[in-house]
Amino acid sequence: MSDVLAITDHRRGELRDVSYEIITAGRELADETGGDLHLAVISGTVDDFAEKLDREGVDAIHTVSDGEEFNHGVYTQATTQLYDELAPQYVLIPNSVNGLDYAPAVANGLDLPIVTDVVGVETDGETLTATREMYGGKVETTNDLEGPAVVTIRSAEWPQAEGTGDASIESFDADIDEDDLGSTVNGFEEVAGGDVDISEADVLVSVGRGIEEEDNIPIIEELADALDATVSSSRPIVDNGWLPKNRQVGQSGKVVTPDVYIAIGISGAVQHVAGMKGSDTIVAINTDPNAPIMDIADYAIHDDLFDVVPALTEEFQ
Amino acid sequence: MKILVTVKEVATVEDEFEIEGTAIADQYLGEDLNEWDDYAIEEAVQLQENGVADEVVTVTIGPEDCEQTIRQALAKGADRAIRVWDDALEGVDLLDVGAKRSILQEVIAAEDPDLVLTGVQSGDDSWGATGVSLAEELDYEWAAVVNHLEHDLDDGIAAVRRELEGGVEELTDVELPAVLSIQTGINEPRYASLRGIRQAQRKPLDVQTLGDLGVDESAVEGAVTLTDMYEPESESDVTVWEGSADETASELGELLRDKGVAP
Repeated sequence: MSDVLAITDHRRGELRDVSYEIITAGRELADETGGDLHLAVISGTVDDFAEKLDREGVDAIHTVSDGEEFNHGVYTQATTQLYDELAPQYVLIPNSVNGLDYAPAVANGLDLPIVTDVVGVETDGETLTATREMYGGKVETTNDLEGPAVVTIRSAEWPQAEGTGDASIESFDADIDEDDLGSTVNGFEEVAGGDVDISEADVLVSVGRGIEEEDNIPIIEELADALDATVSSSRPIVDNGWLPKNRQVGQSGKVVTPDVYIAIGISGAVQHVAGMKGSDTIVAINTDPNAPIMDIADYAIHDDLFDVVPALTEEFQ
Repeated sequence: MKILVTVKEVATVEDEFEIEGTAIADQYLGEDLNEWDDYAIEEAVQLQENGVADEVVTVTIGPEDCEQTIRQALAKGADRAIRVWDDALEGVDLLDVGAKRSILQEVIAAEDPDLVLTGVQSGDDSWGATGVSLAEELDYEWAAVVNHLEHDLDDGIAAVRRELEGGVEELTDVELPAVLSIQTGINEPRYASLRGIRQAQRKPLDVQTLGDLGVDESAVEGAVTLTDMYEPESESDVTVWEGSADETASELGELLRDKGVAP
């Protein structure tokens, strides 16, 4: 009862980065429990995936070949059966959109506690201490629980495991009850297409909730015109229908790495930061000096965007 | 068809605040209807207006203070509300996923809805797991992070889109009864009309204790204990430009010229 089982994430033939990050998180935890790190890869081209996942620190990789793409019923059943077989102390699952679609079901079915979206985790072998954020990252909390648990880990918090491992790769014969699969995945659609590709821009003028209303969007567009830059945005602007989906920067939108990213009235929620932290230079214009965006900004103006933006536009007209 | 929507009054925090023990000091906290729940309510009300749903019921776990927030859902068109509260819940600083599930499952079992809509997560503690946990417990189907729902639910199937990372949506059929966790942007939540607000005052808001629901008090303790809260250390090495808007704008202009990206 001291092993760690980590489940990997893939989509449309590609392992997602979090699958390599969860190896690092799992290895750290297994070192603390004194157990082995087991990985599982479920559905799709599992043999190919297993070879790629055999990185330093992995003791065993279990392949479950049922299914092609993610189906939460298959993942729930397979993970539950792996738990019964391996009796690990901790089950790690990515806190991805798909992770959140089966981790709570696994935990509930096994009568285990669940801690989600953790940014840090450690154990003394009995008590697990998970670090989480609250209030959009304004505070961090530590959360303790005893005994076995399901833990979902936030992406990009742990470095990706490197090197070549020496894991045993074994096929796990899961007994999938097809009658119990109440949902069917029919396909995928790319929704961020269109005439503009914000990931190609050298300079992005990016607008967030601070713009307050749709009627104010033109001041951002005027600035982008004056700078010969491209307009992008954070999620709420797209949710409100003020800009199209192809302008959205972040986890559910595009990942961008421009030379200069000007964040205007954007607080910097983790989902947004995931999409723009690789920018060369980040400038934040925000009245709140404690906004999370300041943690990654290189330059900041703590002032009203309705004063600064027109002044900047004028500077270049 | 009956739809049940889980709603929560969430705590909001001012820019400057202080922490007392494992909580933010009261004077820095405000309250609001959870943003994701607002979209879930809107989706349910639209299903009712389209003639798909006959009744929309909301359920919340919260003290009497949150009734004003909960009535917003009634003002927007929900038919009635259930509020669960109990002395055993006073002063509990963390209701973990298992605790929330134990309470809400009894409400859902009693109401027997065809569809349960939750928000993807709550804006304050962001666990994002209660909906799927409930579905597993009650033998409902489910889908997490739904950003489109076809309003044709006649054949016992909900055709949804799940919003995956990176601008990709998954097209999925979900058998009813089901729990769907609703993502922001799925619709455009309405503002309550004055007439709606007046009507909401007369709509039923039923208060139930743990005893009424047959939930054991020990369930609220949960398995997870909040042990510390602190402000994360800032990793910021930001250069702050001071001065008038003209001055700071000219600093930024200079940076863009330095970087060779100014027009």
